[in-house]
Amino acid sequence: MRIDVSAFLGAYPYRRVPGTSPDALRRAMERVAIDAAWVSHLPSVFWRDPVAGNAWLYETAAVEPRFKPVPAVHPGLSGWEGVLGAAADHRAPAVRCDPTYYGLDPVGAEMRVLAAACSAARLPLLLAVRLEDGRQRHPHDRAPELPAAAVRALLRSDDDVRLIVTHADRAFVEEVHFGSTPEAAARVWWDISWIWGPPEDHLETLLHTIGVERFVFGTGQPLRLPETSVAKLDLLDVTPAAREAIESGNASRVQAG
Amino acid sequence: MLIDVHAHFYHDRSPRADWRERNASRLSAGEKIGISVHVASILGSWGRTSPIYFPSPADLEYGNSALLALQREHPARIRGYVTVNPNYTAHALTEIGRCLGAGMIGIKLAASRRADDPLLDPICERARERAVPILHHIWQHRSRDWPGQEASDAVELVALARRHPAVSFVLAHIGGGGDWQHSLAVLREVPNVWVDLSGSGVDGGMLESCVEAVGVERLLWGADLTLDTAWAKLRYLERLLDRDDLERVKWKNAARIFPRGAFPPD
Repeated sequence: MRIDVSAFLGAYPYRRVPGTSPDALRRAMERVAIDAAWVSHLPSVFWRDPVAGNAWLYETAAVEPRFKPVPAVHPGLSGWEGVLGAAADHRAPAVRCDPTYYGLDPVGAEMRVLAAACSAARLPLLLAVRLEDGRQRHPHDRAPELPAAAVRALLRSDDDVRLIVTHADRAFVEEVHFGSTPEAAARVWWDISWIWGPPEDHLETLLHTIGVERFVFGTGQPLRLPETSVAKLDLLDVTPAAREAIESGNASRVQAG
Repeated sequence: MLIDVHAHFYHDRSPRADWRERNASRLSAGEKIGISVHVASILGSWGRTSPIYFPSPADLEYGNSALLALQREHPARIRGYVTVNPNYTAHALTEIGRCLGAGMIGIKLAASRRADDPLLDPICERARERAVPILHHIWQHRSRDWPGQEASDAVELVALARRHPAVSFVLAHIGGGGDWQHSLAVLREVPNVWVDLSGSGVDGGMLESCVEAVGVERLLWGADLTLDTAWAKLRYLERLLDRDDLERVKWKNAARIFPRGAFPPD
């Protein structure tokens, strides 16, 4: 069983990306043996009202059981609380928020209120550090990357909030993990997509220093090749149990609450 | 056969205490992936006693000698590029002669001088004489100067390649950061520049764009600092290309531009 917690559907505004349709995502999943994908609606990350993409996302996921919808929530827009109820109704494994793309302060009041609401609804909140390498972003793509300080602050803002952070590198993960209490650090999960394998062996190091239980399988596809996250695992010397935890067990436990 | 045209190793005078582990990790991961030969370079002292991209002559000699030692230690698995700093022309030419004579098979130019600078001409002339390729560090679309390096982009490398049409140039790490579409656009009509697919970037659509821009005949597989992303690209290419084209990217194209006998017979 392999669950991709970080997949997208829909076009990217800054370059032509193949494979953004539901059919193409299905084919990519089959190519790399991914059984389920937590899918977000990519275009709406850039919309004034990102919630407007959620209806399409739910409709698409309703006809493909391998897609698990991760709806967007914008805590600066009126009525955002309704997104959490709808997410629960649609059995969403998480909700996502991209505060820097929405023009929100990632440690501001809106985000802290959102964290508390997700906690109360027992919904994990998914955050992406970045979508692309900062060195190649389009001249108009100027939203700042999510800072590690924001993740630390959100973890401290609510005793029960659970975060899934995608596209973080080793330094980011270490800063949050060792900059948080053990209790808080146990409420954040990291997708492996942006963590380097050999010869730097960042992923192997983190599995030893932080623990297998903190990592989930994510790809960032179709912006990135999903083969990358599989290759990272294939290059590790880990037990079958540890690999199962990363590929699906940890994500299933986060979803189960 | 699988040739990594863009590898690096470290040595005891680099800033890294874990240099042995990193070298061992590259070789170990290479075995898992099936890499037959790592064609590598060492950039001086990696910043310890002179800057990575502006290495001193003494650091270049030490790094190149360390790489030659690794090549002797792993004669079937490691080949070397001799790294030089074009600001020291006489030293660069001497070092090229020493290291090629000792068995290295290419020249590495990093970012000590812009690629279209005339100071690179004598080095290119030596590459032509010795029939070895030049791997050139590239920032894919350098929109500004970056600290610590006099980086070049594809436009500047193409200017150099046009001045030296008999030399094979390898544009480093198309996935290594920056706008790879900018690079591909200027490479189409320049037959003596090959594209090294290495780098941590694994953008969806990048490999298709590389094939479309320069054809499989000018693509070279490589890893640079991340073997996981290199393996991912190889796996994707296995689906994208037919068997003959895949073999070209895996090793046959490399075998064409490196000196005859540089690699074990397939």
